[in-house]
Amino acid sequence: MARFLLRRFISSIPVIIGILALVFALARMIPGDPCRAALGERATDEICDAYNERYGLNEPILVQFGIYIKDVATGDLGESFRFGVPVTQLLIERLPTTIELAGAALMIAVIVGVPLGIISGYRHNSKTDVATMIGANIGVAMPVFWLGLMLQYIFAVFLRDTPLALPPSGKLDAGLIPVPFYEAWGLPMNGLTEFLSEFTIMNALVTFQSEILSSAVLHLILPAVALATIPMAIIARMTRSSLLDVLGLDYVRTARAKGLRERSVILKHALRNAMLPVVTIIGLSFGLLLGGAILTETIFNLAGVGKTLFDAITSRDYTVVQGFTLVVAISFVIVNLVVDLLYTYLDPRVRVS
Amino acid sequence: MSDDLYDPSDEPLEPTDDQPLNTIEASDAIRDKVRMDLSGGDVSASTSGGLWRTAGREIIRKKSAIVGMSLLSILLLLAAFAPIIAPYPPDEVLFDQGVSPRDPPCIHLFGCAEENSQHILGIDGNGRDYFSRIVYGARVSLLAAFVAVLFASIWGTTVGLIAGFFGGWVDNFLMRVMDVLLSFPSLLLAIVVVTVLGPGLINAILAIAIVTIPQYARIVRSSVLSIREQEYVSADQALGVSRWRLLAHRIFPNTLTPLIVIATLGVATAVLEIASLSFLGLGVQPPTPEWGSMLAAERNQVFTAPHLVFFAGLMIMWNVLGFNLLGDGLRDAIDPRLGR
Repeated sequence: MARFLLRRFISSIPVIIGILALVFALARMIPGDPCRAALGERATDEICDAYNERYGLNEPILVQFGIYIKDVATGDLGESFRFGVPVTQLLIERLPTTIELAGAALMIAVIVGVPLGIISGYRHNSKTDVATMIGANIGVAMPVFWLGLMLQYIFAVFLRDTPLALPPSGKLDAGLIPVPFYEAWGLPMNGLTEFLSEFTIMNALVTFQSEILSSAVLHLILPAVALATIPMAIIARMTRSSLLDVLGLDYVRTARAKGLRERSVILKHALRNAMLPVVTIIGLSFGLLLGGAILTETIFNLAGVGKTLFDAITSRDYTVVQGFTLVVAISFVIVNLVVDLLYTYLDPRVRVS
Repeated sequence: MSDDLYDPSDEPLEPTDDQPLNTIEASDAIRDKVRMDLSGGDVSASTSGGLWRTAGREIIRKKSAIVGMSLLSILLLLAAFAPIIAPYPPDEVLFDQGVSPRDPPCIHLFGCAEENSQHILGIDGNGRDYFSRIVYGARVSLLAAFVAVLFASIWGTTVGLIAGFFGGWVDNFLMRVMDVLLSFPSLLLAIVVVTVLGPGLINAILAIAIVTIPQYARIVRSSVLSIREQEYVSADQALGVSRWRLLAHRIFPNTLTPLIVIATLGVATAVLEIASLSFLGLGVQPPTPEWGSMLAAERNQVFTAPHLVFFAGLMIMWNVLGFNLLGDGLRDAIDPRLGR
């Protein structure tokens, strides 16, 4: 097991180096002069020379890459031109919003998708099955941005004066300012506590700010549902087909033959094996969620990683593009690694081969 | 993985050496079935007809494929006959004909006053007939997605063939490069690539193509790995057939089956991603009628003129659904073991 872990871990190192190289290369291929992008069109040549000197932009490209790797390794992702703060500071402020959104979406996708998949797999070809599969097909075909806008229209305009009305954008009602937990608890403010306090819902929960909590939850529902739809459909389909595969196996017949209740055959025997590919899919939905987050955050006006990244691209804030892309790609690799390990844990056969 | 509709870019990152796609076995099974069908049970009889005829017959039996094909046929007709179907040119501004921006749909049949000109999906923010723009949008959407997939599958096949056939460090290097490309969420990478290339339809197509190359490369590579071990390939090798001939005449044709399925499903993904890029303002630029950018242009009016957002999105969904259902049907037809 330890050897497997090590091998799997080592095999992701070239990929991470490749990611660093690609991000580095792309950031340098973006048209425009980094100096003038940072200091404005009217920067003189002397100023730009000094700027390039200071940031090592006059060095050979390989040396620059070396400097870049060293900076990344020491946690220095550069400074945002637009906001004038380190990229890491922006990440501290904005990553939690995206994690919260993606986490809520994944939770909805799993909580709804898995049971739907089980029911339609078990009641294969029934009306429920057909309806679920039609729904799943439509679900994966829906553009996230369109679904988001339609949800906004339905819940913020059409149902405006009903109890079902939901806020169409933003993270909190206007005027609400959450008290960070470190202030409430008298802890020092540092990168970690600030990062943690940006998880609005968790922060409100542990400090009992009920008004903030309910506002944050209500604001999260629509974007989370929009973002959850595609993974939900995928998870439902995967659960269904995987359960169908397993239900045809001999050991399930044995379990039935020895007179186990159907409930326990499905839930205890079949499901355990049927969930293996589902776990992989759930892990891999992460990439989909991050891609979808760019669109969802733009539509629902949430200042998360996706929206920041998109704004940075349109305003040519290259260090932010570079830093955020890197963080997203590396976290994607880490999630895949974790999924692989989880899979190994769940299915011992993988370890043997 | 029989019935899933997930984005093929989300294949596990580990190379699939352990479970190569068993296309040979599958096509053998189909071939046997053809023989049975054609000869009323005598397997030794003629094999003419082959994979594609059976596949065609299977597809017709699949409800989902029929629905998919119908959806796509309608779109193809819209695209082909756009000038006839659309009542106005897509760029014509109709303010001089008594319309105002974002007029709701006016259909005479449903009680819209006869003296108003008929606009069945209403008027967009620039005074153009929305229905005409939707119809012309089918051209852009279909063509862009098709070209993107064509480009990606040609390059992906090349990479996959080379990696799988030559093995060793070539394989290792190429597949690690593919792994790197796969470690980015595809939309994010496409956005970054468009930023480098500059916004526009061609560059958006290129970006989508580049980020989807790894999917094709992996599928083709794993087919090659399993085909390479087949006896008929060894036999050819023993007879001294050149490597290129082997690659072109023995291996490549056998990789096509899974490739076509993945490519059909890939068109669906490409439709969505091109629409997403255009929605973000990085793809097709106005005034070209494209559903994603049409939606983006009116997104701030969703509360007052929801129809201008609704129909563009519906068309994108229509297109994606069509290719997804067709791809599913194709897969089930080509690989009957997966059919259910």
